[in-house]
Amino acid sequence: MILPATLLPAVFFYLFAGMCVACAFMVIAGKNPVHSVLYLILAFVNASGLFVLMGAEFLAMILIVVYVGAVAVLFLFVVMMLDVDFTELRQGVLQYLPIGIVVGVIFFFELVAVVGAWVIAPGMPQAISSPTPTTITNTEALGRVLYTQYVYYFQAAGLVLLVAMIGAIVLTLRHKPNVKRQNISDQVARTKETAMEVRQVRPGQGI
Amino acid sequence: MLEFWTADLWPLIVIVAQSLMLLVILLVSIAYVLLADRKIWAAVQLRRGPNVVGPWGLLQSFADLLKFVFKEPVIPSGSNKGVFLLAPLVTCTLALGAWAVIPVNAGWMIADLNVGVLYIFAISSLMVYGIIMAGWASNSKYAFLSAVRSAAQMVSYEVSIGFVIITVLLCAGSLKLSAIVEAQNHGLATMIGLPWLSFLNWYWLPLLPMFVVFYVSALAETNRPPFDLVEAESELVAGFMVEYGSSPYMMFMLGEYVAIATMCAMGTILFLGGWLPPIAVAPFTWVPGVIWFVLKALFMFFLFAMAKAVVPRYRYDQLMRLGWKVFLPISLAMVVIVAAVLQFGGLAPKG
Repeated sequence: MILPATLLPAVFFYLFAGMCVACAFMVIAGKNPVHSVLYLILAFVNASGLFVLMGAEFLAMILIVVYVGAVAVLFLFVVMMLDVDFTELRQGVLQYLPIGIVVGVIFFFELVAVVGAWVIAPGMPQAISSPTPTTITNTEALGRVLYTQYVYYFQAAGLVLLVAMIGAIVLTLRHKPNVKRQNISDQVARTKETAMEVRQVRPGQGI
Repeated sequence: MLEFWTADLWPLIVIVAQSLMLLVILLVSIAYVLLADRKIWAAVQLRRGPNVVGPWGLLQSFADLLKFVFKEPVIPSGSNKGVFLLAPLVTCTLALGAWAVIPVNAGWMIADLNVGVLYIFAISSLMVYGIIMAGWASNSKYAFLSAVRSAAQMVSYEVSIGFVIITVLLCAGSLKLSAIVEAQNHGLATMIGLPWLSFLNWYWLPLLPMFVVFYVSALAETNRPPFDLVEAESELVAGFMVEYGSSPYMMFMLGEYVAIATMCAMGTILFLGGWLPPIAVAPFTWVPGVIWFVLKALFMFFLFAMAKAVVPRYRYDQLMRLGWKVFLPISLAMVVIVAAVLQFGGLAPKG
């Protein structure tokens, strides 16, 4: 029996890839929406495993921190709080099947085009991307292109996110007049003069 | 076949053996960390603490383990059984997984990842799932309320921990945990010409505000008192694990304490110079680095335990205010200040 020397990476690749596809299928096939979101999270984690195998460890960790640690938590919250009858929603699923198939087919052919370009023209990846240096870690490599070559796009993306954040805050900010809130600077700024008042109280009269 | 043996199988066996050894050492240490926590708490309140099982109560944690394991696990009939049992496993596995990258001495770690800090950060951001899953699967409103508030708390404090990590990274110039420790060989002490005072080299001094922010955020992130609103027995019966008993409950508790130990180790690596000796002269440099690491981590844990014993519990709106209105602006400003000082002071690490 001859086994290739790089068996382990291959084993892990098929493990991660297989799990990823299976989880993605379970996301749409799951009966319980919370289970669907949990499968989605598992799919993200497997995808980040694939990134690690490709040597893109920075992207892998960012995928987990951002998507799994923050975005999917919000998904999970929303799905847990909503009381939607998903069996009722599922009834019209055959109606949407043709649209789904069309989207799927277009997506498939686009993927074929991307991968095909790679195979047909081996120079393509070098033409569209900066070559990955081997002497520095890929975090540094990413930083070097992100903050030099693509700095304006990076800043623009940051601005878009800032606007989105401010928009979300403005949409949800409400000043309710009857709600009592603790204002710590007011509390700290209180002095004896503003907090206390000395009155002469006559016996039997009160204030 | 020989190639397969040397390239694949042997490294795999070595890693599995190392991991098992780490797990055994870690779990035994956690048993005593738990005991130390109870003993410190008791000492502050002028009690004796656990003192019956074994000499000075040293076997108390193992007695607790046996008690948990031999109890009957009760699964509520209305619960979502799969998720209900998965939640404690997720908590426990993730907490233990973080220790794969923690260097306790030069070269003493299972994997020296290039992105070690991010790995630990990612794991601690995943810890929230154990809590949400447990809260939801229990099918109880108390458990769910507790899970919701705890998840919001953990997500909030992750933000400031992220910024703290960024300031340390700016100073060290690497995401690798061992490189961060090595970078603390040079600093204030070497600058003022007293290289033997190596404890001044560590980042706790130049980044003191961030050390404080890290310590408080770590308390909140691990749901320790004074931020243990998850458990808040005065308002929510016993938090998200109210429906859990026996071994599943034990796994939650184990995961919680391992996460605390991870945070102590993180504090040691980022701010207290990891395995480096505090004074770089002869008798101190002879001591193995792992002993310094453990001593520093225990010091961090002592701070955690004292906070539990001394500080009363926060109210939820105060907790959110502290995270978003105090720590976030401070840490954001510190990132800018540290970056500016490093850049214009010519101190930035060459990379």
